[in-house]
Amino acid sequence: MNRSFKFSYLIVIYLFLYIPIGTLILYSFNNATFSMLWRGFTLDWYKQVLQDGNLWIAVWHSFYLALTATISALLIGTLAAISLYRYQFRGKNILQGLLFILIISPDIVLGIALLILFSLNGLALGYWSLYIAHVTFCIPFVVVIVYGRAKGIDPNIFAAASDLGASELQIFTRVVVPILLPAILSGALLSFALSFDDIVISYFVAGPGFEILPIKIFALARLGVNGKLNALCSLLFALTLVLVCVSQWIVQRRKL
Amino acid sequence: MKHKFQYFSIGLISSWLGIFGLASFLIMVVMSFLEHDPDHIALWHFTLENYKDLFNPIFLQIFLKSFYISFLVTATCLILGYPFAYIMSRLPEKLQSFNLLLLLLPFWTSSVVRSYAMMSLLKAKGLINMILLSMGIIHTPLQILFTNVAVAIGLIYNLLPFMILPIYANLERFDISLIEAAKDLGAKYHTIFCKVIIPLSMPGILGGCTLVFLPAMTLFYISDLLGGAKALLLGNLIEDQFLMANNWPRGAATSVLLTLIMGIGLLIYWFKSNKGTRYESVL
Repeated sequence: MNRSFKFSYLIVIYLFLYIPIGTLILYSFNNATFSMLWRGFTLDWYKQVLQDGNLWIAVWHSFYLALTATISALLIGTLAAISLYRYQFRGKNILQGLLFILIISPDIVLGIALLILFSLNGLALGYWSLYIAHVTFCIPFVVVIVYGRAKGIDPNIFAAASDLGASELQIFTRVVVPILLPAILSGALLSFALSFDDIVISYFVAGPGFEILPIKIFALARLGVNGKLNALCSLLFALTLVLVCVSQWIVQRRKL
Repeated sequence: MKHKFQYFSIGLISSWLGIFGLASFLIMVVMSFLEHDPDHIALWHFTLENYKDLFNPIFLQIFLKSFYISFLVTATCLILGYPFAYIMSRLPEKLQSFNLLLLLLPFWTSSVVRSYAMMSLLKAKGLINMILLSMGIIHTPLQILFTNVAVAIGLIYNLLPFMILPIYANLERFDISLIEAAKDLGAKYHTIFCKVIIPLSMPGILGGCTLVFLPAMTLFYISDLLGGAKALLLGNLIEDQFLMANNWPRGAATSVLLTLIMGIGLLIYWFKSNKGTRYESVL
């Protein structure tokens, strides 16, 4: 294979990945309701998005949910990863197996399993059902990332800390967490993104009282293509772009 | 003191996953054996009816169609993704990480947003039809949106990186001297590719296929948006049983079946791939 063939192949795949998003952004500036014909530049769609109060409530709900679920998943997941790394206990294999299964099992199965559990216990579908579901599917990812990093720690550090009189809690907060901080941060980033974007599980355990953004977009998209939704999706893509760039920048700075 | 902390952390994770992971799943399995009752969630009465129902021709047809689409999607992703992963793994290191970033960038936005983007591209008055019409290749707009083709395109669009990443992770560690050795021994490029590169990257290929095939059966919202009203994927069937037909036991049975299919897929993967690469290429 020669060079130009290789590069054109990469470019063709990138075109496939980026053309849909590019078109979406382009047409969010189009001054026409349904037509794809270019009718001139407008910012009206963006104005409509900004003025839609219901939409912003959904954005806030999604943000709040992702934030709270991430914090809880981070706490439970980090403790779990460190326990798996440091301690031998009965049922360790079962726990590891369960984490593995949760990662690879289809989202839809977890979604309906939780839906059945919640309705049998009479838990109303709303913030709490979403919170439990999101924490549950974020934990395994945090564990995998933090555990992967913990494997590289020299175990003598723990012995040294306890020789110097540190309690187990002190070892955790003063030794383990600082070493694992980069892994914990990338776990946080991943679980925030997973929680903010999730549709499959949320679709089953969301209630009418607590509307979140992906479900709102899904409902609007079912009604058909329109300029306002184009504008909203473009804004979301721009937000992602900024976040990815910032996190890349942080990673690069850490390396230097 | 040591014990307190240890018990707390192990207790926390075990009880959370025990209740919301294991128990909820077991309850689902139990429900799949209960009788359907329109007024309640289910009747406390053992039956195999839900599983028998799944072999009803209507459902069988959906299974077969869902399998067929998943198979097509997986094959296309492999054909498109393998060369991409191969080319990427041979680039200089800096370009590799840049390409990785470029590949993953769209995937940090919600998959609903991406499916919606595909929807606006494929619709009757969408960009593809406009270009084809203006070039004179077609004279009436093609009906792509709300067909199986649109669903397949949407699935490929959403799942392609899951094929590329495991293969790339595998090829990146590939020892280039093996190719040189094969060349020295007089192998042609074609032979090297079929007898050296492909067999050695098999764990990556299998990992990618697992990661694409299973979701391709369940991503119901893609088929809802791009395929119109028809229940096309196994995921749509489950969605329907729970939210429209209100037959939870049958929906639970469908999910159990789906999990079994996943288990079989994993077992195949387990036996075919060598030990060292198992976890890494799946996770």
